[in-house]
Amino acid sequence: MQQLIYFFQKYRYFLFFALLEFIALFLIINNNTFHKSKFISSANGVTGGLYENFSKLSDYFNLKTQNEELASENEKLKNLLEKYNSTGDSILTNFVVDTVQYNQKYTYAKAKIIRHSYHLPNNYLTLNKGISHGVKKEMAVINSKGIIGITENSNSKYTRVQSILNSNSKINARLKNSNHFGSLEWNGKEYNIVQLHDIPRQANLKIGDTIITDGKSTIFPEGILIGTIKNIDTQNNKNLIDIKLFNDMSNLAHVYVVTHLDKKEINSLNNPTNE
Amino acid sequence: MNRAIYVLFLFFPLLFLQVFVFNNVLFLGHINPYVYIAFVIFYPLKKERYLFLFLSFLLGLSIDYFSDSGGINAFSLLFVAYIRLFLVRVIFKKTEQDYLLFNLQQEPFGKVFNYVITLIVIHHFILFSLANFSFQNFSSVFTNTLYSSVFTSVLFFIGTYIIRKKK
Repeated sequence: MQQLIYFFQKYRYFLFFALLEFIALFLIINNNTFHKSKFISSANGVTGGLYENFSKLSDYFNLKTQNEELASENEKLKNLLEKYNSTGDSILTNFVVDTVQYNQKYTYAKAKIIRHSYHLPNNYLTLNKGISHGVKKEMAVINSKGIIGITENSNSKYTRVQSILNSNSKINARLKNSNHFGSLEWNGKEYNIVQLHDIPRQANLKIGDTIITDGKSTIFPEGILIGTIKNIDTQNNKNLIDIKLFNDMSNLAHVYVVTHLDKKEINSLNNPTNE
Repeated sequence: MNRAIYVLFLFFPLLFLQVFVFNNVLFLGHINPYVYIAFVIFYPLKKERYLFLFLSFLLGLSIDYFSDSGGINAFSLLFVAYIRLFLVRVIFKKTEQDYLLFNLQQEPFGKVFNYVITLIVIHHFILFSLANFSFQNFSSVFTNTLYSSVFTSVLFFIGTYIIRKKK
């Protein structure tokens, strides 16, 4: 006993140090797994509030590019609307409001990024919307140019988003001109280039082909833009495809959070024993 | 009392400077200075170390909270905080009696330079290895450590020079 007390006396600083290091290590490991990463997150009242105030100031610096983006999105939507309106007679378009035919799958809600990073191996974003605005975990975050990430955990007012520039991120993606799909990952090197894995060799690939999201997951709607093929590397029967993102991940502000309305039904079909 | 105020004046400005200014520098796209390590360099030397270790941990953890990085800043800052006394003993040849009167500004610049650079390089290396959290891209850890260390030390020495000038 005496010896034990002496031991603690002698190494007390080291033991204290080791204890704190263990806590830090525990938090780091937790942060690297998607479903558990909720201890250290900027989506809390204090840091979220501070970042929101800070972003109110710094927003002015890229007001111009954000405006241009908004205008070009408006242009796109206006053209779509015009196309829809001019498809012919109003007799041909059937306006029966029937809940059987009318089947909305997604809703979009606007949100603003109040903090973002793109230079780390694991990047996260913080949104100024939370549970009280209907934002929960595992919802898609996109903007007019393409995908941004997946919401990961939220408190009442703020949400943390796992960016596609995160080494843990895996997103189902496919070619626009065929149905071959693969998973989208990031190797942590360049912030505007991501990698597409597991595309079968049969797929006909060309540099410049567009990659979009596949509707197979319950997170992203089908057809959200991702990027274009920049480089194809075929080694040992594996296709490694570099994709240049449409989005400039270093300059993001206004985004949409997508809610999948049938998510519960699809998930209950996929794992019926899970209830 | 005086010392407590000094520590507080070290803690919060460094935290907010790091989070709101230096985390957004991104020189050449990805190089950031991590100047909050100045907390470890300037914290008064003392034999009793619980508070110092705990505050270093807390500062690192606060920065982690802001930058969504798990506990990497906490881990690396606590590590350099723990090895600081050892470095002081080796580089400045100080014993426990000298701790109270120890002042970085009265030491020769060469020794201070070695001391600061060692702390910064160790801190940055641990920080980037943990941020990477795998053995892939390990070369990027070295390049990041190198660039960021240079950046941090330049900022540190310019900063201390300006502060000293004022006095």
